[in-house]
Amino acid sequence: MMEQPSVSGPEVTARHAEYWRRNIRYMGTLLAIWFVVSFGFGILLVEPLNAIRIPGTGFPLGFWFAQQGSIYVFVVLIFVYVRLMNGLDREFGVEEGERA
Amino acid sequence: MTVQAWTFLLVAASFALYIGIAIWSRASTTKEFYVAGGGVSPLANGMATAADWMSAASFISMAGLISFMGYDGTVYLMGWTGGYVLLALCLAPYLRKYGAFTVPDFVGDRYYSQFARVVAVVCAIFISFTYVAGQMRGVGIVFGRFLEVDIDTGVYIGMAIVFFYAVLGGMKGITYTQVAQYCVLIFAYLVPAIFLSLMITGNPVPQFGLGGTDTDSGMALLDRLNGLHQELGFSAYTSGTKSMLDVFFITAALMVGTAGLPHVIIRFYTVPRVRDARLSVGYALVFIALLYTTAPALAVFARTNLINSVSETAYSDVPEWFTNWEVTGLLSFDDVNGDGRIQFTGPASATPNELTVDRDIMVLANPEIAGLPDWVVGLVAAGGLAAALSTAAGLLLVVSSAVSHDLLKRSFMPTITEKGELLAARVSAGVAVVVAGYFGIHPPGFVAQVVAFAFGLAASSFFPVIILGIFSRRTTREGAILGMITGVTLTASYIVYFTLMHPELSNADHWWFGISPEGFGTVGMLVNFVITMTVSRFTPEPPAHVRVLVELIRIPRGAGEAHEISA
Repeated sequence: MMEQPSVSGPEVTARHAEYWRRNIRYMGTLLAIWFVVSFGFGILLVEPLNAIRIPGTGFPLGFWFAQQGSIYVFVVLIFVYVRLMNGLDREFGVEEGERA
Repeated sequence: MTVQAWTFLLVAASFALYIGIAIWSRASTTKEFYVAGGGVSPLANGMATAADWMSAASFISMAGLISFMGYDGTVYLMGWTGGYVLLALCLAPYLRKYGAFTVPDFVGDRYYSQFARVVAVVCAIFISFTYVAGQMRGVGIVFGRFLEVDIDTGVYIGMAIVFFYAVLGGMKGITYTQVAQYCVLIFAYLVPAIFLSLMITGNPVPQFGLGGTDTDSGMALLDRLNGLHQELGFSAYTSGTKSMLDVFFITAALMVGTAGLPHVIIRFYTVPRVRDARLSVGYALVFIALLYTTAPALAVFARTNLINSVSETAYSDVPEWFTNWEVTGLLSFDDVNGDGRIQFTGPASATPNELTVDRDIMVLANPEIAGLPDWVVGLVAAGGLAAALSTAAGLLLVVSSAVSHDLLKRSFMPTITEKGELLAARVSAGVAVVVAGYFGIHPPGFVAQVVAFAFGLAASSFFPVIILGIFSRRTTREGAILGMITGVTLTASYIVYFTLMHPELSNADHWWFGISPEGFGTVGMLVNFVITMTVSRFTPEPPAHVRVLVELIRIPRGAGEAHEISA
């Protein structure tokens, strides 16, 4: 059985709602970046971006985003989310202990 | 030592390692069997996820596919990595908080319906079996070429190994063998890539080599390859031939499918806390990205190498690897114009093409084509086997837990004892291995499309109902059931119609809106979303305990460990 929260009541619920709103905002922002680098730069805008060459390399920019850059950005996005959420968990006092 | 000896040595050593780990990490409870006891560190779980994820298709076929598809190969590169962002942000932490053992567990409880659970079980089993058929074939190919046993014997050996650690160790055994398998496969992938990058561009980092200079011609490597393509009548490597819309839909289907595949999702049940689940997805993607950013480089090296070494070469002078692979039938030369030389040309060329190369052999043949040391060839064989076996084991676990946990314990035999359930789990894992082996020996004719099929089904069944289950309290049982059934039926019918019934019609003129069967999962997913949301509006609200449950999975504190849920 999943543990029930130790305290409840309207204030807790309001704080949880605020926690959830902030979470959704982080998510929305990061997913927007996710969409722009992959579907945007890698697919929809790939032709115009291919006219640009990354200086000092043989990479057309659109092709680089499609086959390299987007993947690097994906990794960064997840770690940014991990940091943001660990901070948010602490701020709202819902972080977990050393062992659950 | 010969190539053969090196291969035997490296494959045998890696197998001994997996068996050793399996004995050390035996599972003795259902919790250990299903979720490795819920105590796996995020880093180890990340590695295991990467090995679970990167199948024979990623290891053996992907770079080859990309090397033939050029820019169009992007669908696999972004499609099979981008889904992890969705997993980390929208799924893994909440499912971990919920703390079930399986995906149908969550669907059944969140949608307060045994029927929803059974629909989910059927989808999970179907997806996993379609996927596993391809893995067993991968095992057969590797054995067939490198150990020179026939493909059937290869599959039997593979089955025996998987049987041993999946049946004995369950998720616990699988997790720790996957950690070892990741190390083997990534090493085996990177070593030839680094060698090739050095040879062709002088840069030891393949990701930079891809954008580097071809040391032979002094031109940028990608320009050089585009030039060769133009000369031989292929379309430019960096542009591709698929329509933009199709690339968009295929990429989306693969991304969303990734986030809906049960064998990927359950990996995040094995870590102790919600925050570990988030972090663990991050680690998993780092480990995956290591291979996925190398693959496009390998593809370009392989393509350049292939063209340089065979184009206009006299057939009597072909290198030894050419003859080796010709024997397997995966490479063939037909001297159409009778000049004794190999003309390797594309559709835009006036000269007819005389060379057929199976895409699957590009990675396996690469070290030989490039003349790398014998031990590298053996290493690639061990890596390919690690990739295929680790994924097969993860999939088989989904099948076994779907049967013993979701069908027996949660649906039809709720009074089954812990011991009985564990035995049922082992027996169903064993049966699943045998069925998978059967598919490996008698591969269904549509093996090439099989993986796309699994992704389309996962995208159109699980993804929408899990997302809505977490993010919308109002989603009802009726909505989810109808959504899953419509999404899956629509996607499956479209794929079956175009790949099995009428493959001759499978082209942009007949596809709906020009969307290929590979990309149709995206449409199925959208339909599922619309139906689930619409039907939910017009059906009675979920009961109070479900609304509380949704509140609880949204906050991390009190995650508890993966456990039995009394409904």
